[in-house]
Amino acid sequence: MNTQGRPTAPGSATKSDAQTFTGHRGLDHEEPLLFESGRADTTGVDLAEPKRQHTRLGGLERQAPIGLPGLTEPETMRHYVRLSRKNYAIDSGLYPLGSCTMKHNPRLNEKMARLPGFGDIHPLQPQKTVQGAIGLMEALAGYLMELTGMPAVTLSPKAGAHGELAGMLCIKAAHEARHVTDGGSKRNVVLVPDSAHGTNPATAAFMGYAVKSIAARDDGTVSADAVKAALGPDVAAIMLTNPNTCGLFEPEVVEIARVVHEAGAYFYCDGANFNAIVGKVRPGDLGIDAMHINLHKTFSTPHGGGGPGSGPVVLSAALAPFAPLPYAHHTKDGYRLVEHASERVDGHTPFGRLTAFHGQMGMFVRALAYMLSHGSDGMRQASEDAVLNANYVRAGLRHLMSQPFGDKPCMHEVLFDDAWLKDTGVTTLDFAKAMIDEGYHPMTMYFPLVVHGAMLIEPTESESKHSLDLFIATLADLARDAKTGNDKRRFKEAPRLAPRRRLDETKAAREPKLRWRPPAPKIAAE
Amino acid sequence: MRYLPLSDADRADMRAKIGIGSIDDLFDAVPRDKLLKSLPNLPRAKGELEVERELGLLAGKNTPAGSVPFFVGAGAYRHHVPATVDHLIQRSEFLTSYTPYQPEITQGTLQVLYEFQTQVACLTGMDVANASMYDGSTATAEAVLMAHRVTKRKKALLSGGLHPQYADVIATLAHFGSSQVVALAPDPSGVEDIIARIDSDTSCVVVQYPSFYGSIRDLKPIADAAHAKGALLIVAVTEVVALGLIKSPGEMGADIVTAEGQSIGNGLTFGGPYVGLFATRDKLVRQMPGRLAGETVDAEGRRGFVLTLSTREQHIRREKATSNICTNSGLCALAFTIHMTLLGEAGLRRLAAINHANACHLADLLGKISGVEVVTSAYFNEFTVRLPGDAAKVIDKLADKGILGGVPVSRLLPGKPEVANLIVVASTEINTDSDRAAYAAALKAVL
Repeated sequence: MNTQGRPTAPGSATKSDAQTFTGHRGLDHEEPLLFESGRADTTGVDLAEPKRQHTRLGGLERQAPIGLPGLTEPETMRHYVRLSRKNYAIDSGLYPLGSCTMKHNPRLNEKMARLPGFGDIHPLQPQKTVQGAIGLMEALAGYLMELTGMPAVTLSPKAGAHGELAGMLCIKAAHEARHVTDGGSKRNVVLVPDSAHGTNPATAAFMGYAVKSIAARDDGTVSADAVKAALGPDVAAIMLTNPNTCGLFEPEVVEIARVVHEAGAYFYCDGANFNAIVGKVRPGDLGIDAMHINLHKTFSTPHGGGGPGSGPVVLSAALAPFAPLPYAHHTKDGYRLVEHASERVDGHTPFGRLTAFHGQMGMFVRALAYMLSHGSDGMRQASEDAVLNANYVRAGLRHLMSQPFGDKPCMHEVLFDDAWLKDTGVTTLDFAKAMIDEGYHPMTMYFPLVVHGAMLIEPTESESKHSLDLFIATLADLARDAKTGNDKRRFKEAPRLAPRRRLDETKAAREPKLRWRPPAPKIAAE
Repeated sequence: MRYLPLSDADRADMRAKIGIGSIDDLFDAVPRDKLLKSLPNLPRAKGELEVERELGLLAGKNTPAGSVPFFVGAGAYRHHVPATVDHLIQRSEFLTSYTPYQPEITQGTLQVLYEFQTQVACLTGMDVANASMYDGSTATAEAVLMAHRVTKRKKALLSGGLHPQYADVIATLAHFGSSQVVALAPDPSGVEDIIARIDSDTSCVVVQYPSFYGSIRDLKPIADAAHAKGALLIVAVTEVVALGLIKSPGEMGADIVTAEGQSIGNGLTFGGPYVGLFATRDKLVRQMPGRLAGETVDAEGRRGFVLTLSTREQHIRREKATSNICTNSGLCALAFTIHMTLLGEAGLRRLAAINHANACHLADLLGKISGVEVVTSAYFNEFTVRLPGDAAKVIDKLADKGILGGVPVSRLLPGKPEVANLIVVASTEINTDSDRAAYAAALKAVL
């Protein structure tokens, strides 16, 4: 989500009617902070006294109070259950966050990840005692390579942005290796379209690259000519999202790959939107050199309120040798994970290591369970349904809301702008907040940056037709009210029915309170 | 397919409404020769039972930690996690919610993050903590980059007691970010003179506490020396339970504390997902990477929480962001917070005391075996042992006897004769007296 040009402080609002003695409102309980209800001497865990009293702590015993309150088990349960009820979730409703792929999270996957053979093994126990785990990683790698048509994959990146870093480091390492042999120029520029996710330019800059922006055409896509014009001996790579953040498949992607390679650069693809094309198009057939796959998007590992994710990166033959540690190889005695640079196997020249241990095993299990459950037929059907659902939403709203690039098919997410709200006094933010009162999570808004007041809707394949019909009818009703100006409060004061009204983000940033602190003691003299 | 609600009739209706004949009309922008004509070469859909069977077979080829006497640590620790934790993190409202960008309907996650940040700040003895990083190693590498930004210097000094894979992550980013790393030699007994190596180009000193080898020492002199030269002290903690018993890095003058939070609330899971903790001083908060939850009020004046100070972050600042991190470890942070709430200060202190007592007991048993020397003198729940011969072979033989006896240092630092005979051994609350006796007997037998 981007917040440029977006109001960050709530306007005035009338108080809602229902005032209660407790502050609770029916099922919606006000819940104090743990630090206000917990006590330092209370615990919800019964532990026996240590049998022995040793101290070999070198005189470093912690003396001062730590400040960590505890709660008994029933109090803990109630505290966190009450907090959980203040959250919107996929399991409670449609979650149309564009570019986030909030699809159903099957519980089978949770069960599988908790098998002791996966959940209770240590990353550094002898490899002969974890052959099944390495085997699972290899099976997942096989699925990812087949689905993308790429010859190699590195599993260790912890999330999408970490995957970007892995892929771009492979590219940097490949350039460094070539620099020695062909004496090529130093390449220090990365091309990034201005519609890209913020992580793309941040990743490039993180590695010391200068970021050169490429403008999209009027139709929301990137032209090979524009890329060609920006290429030069200083360009290391392009980072392109495909399908892109406007919800469109880049029609010139093959030509873009060709000109990029011709200029001696590499093609990094942001795979955040892979869910649109699984089983339909293989990125490897398009000329891509590296692409991360968000297992927490396309392959349904849960988002968990912000993570954890997992961001394996598929690699072309040119980049494969540089994949980071660890990597697996097969020996006569079974699988072996190569963990250290001193052990050279099969022509690998890893660029280094991006994390301790081997990556997000818990997510690997869940993603593989998803793939096995869907199968080749189910995965392709899922992508087709995701694209169909997005276009169904487009078809249902195109007469009311404006599309920045004209009315044409989208991939798995549909993008509207705020041109249709002009002169209504209602902003994208108001519209989104009004959706909350109707029981929906808002769409991604103000992203991509290239579209004014963007509203990016990704329903995913998990929605039934009935669910989409109600969603469309609701947005249509809101859109008509916004246009006629009948009920301004519906937008300006929204949300009125959520656990909180709009929150003052300006105050939060100006006077940061980032942790609880005990209240200052009251002065005795009054 | 049990996960896909659309029927074929629905699909036909929807295509008609959209005005297309075939689904592939929606894939019009794809070059025709790139649209796959056949299904990927993978098995077809399976029912739950078949998936359970298939994955169960793979799981069955591994030796779970809970099935044997288990003494492996070195950056990930097996602790008992109360049943309440796993139940609560599987609440749909936590598990299947996104990053709390719409605060009005995600106060649950936001308040949890605020509690998490406060717990981490208290535990580490620091002013402020963020809403989590991927894991301890990436948090530590980010801390080094932050120190470079703060000091406008580019040389990191790494203790020989730092986890070798943490050092590798830092070195990888340094190599490609054209900054410098000075890594000291392995320091199993915790006696290195790191202070002598700090100079006026040093941006930060990175020490692990307790060290990779288990040893603990007073960090105050290192902090003072670093500060005198204008450098920051970064303290990495891979076993946070230790902070229930030993002085916090904050008390000893750390500027940034990073930690692997897995020990609290999270299982071993073969290395991930884990949860990185990241804490610092108030004055450095705007240089921090990652998300931060902060307190504010809503339009009716009621207290509420939002993600804040996001002008540091990639989705606003793009190439000028402090980090590229976006997704973090929200659910693992939730598990940490719930477990820490159940423990409370009293429970954490007792848990830590049990761990220390168990490790001391194990060290006494192993130290009595002829040819075995306990190298570490001050430690928490983990220590280093020198064996008379190659440690990797011994660990291998112990595994054959059904005992997972620790990590041979050579697994992480191969080709270094000075550490080839060393093992790092942990004993947490999960081990019983008979586990430890079995370990000592087995070690004696295989030597």
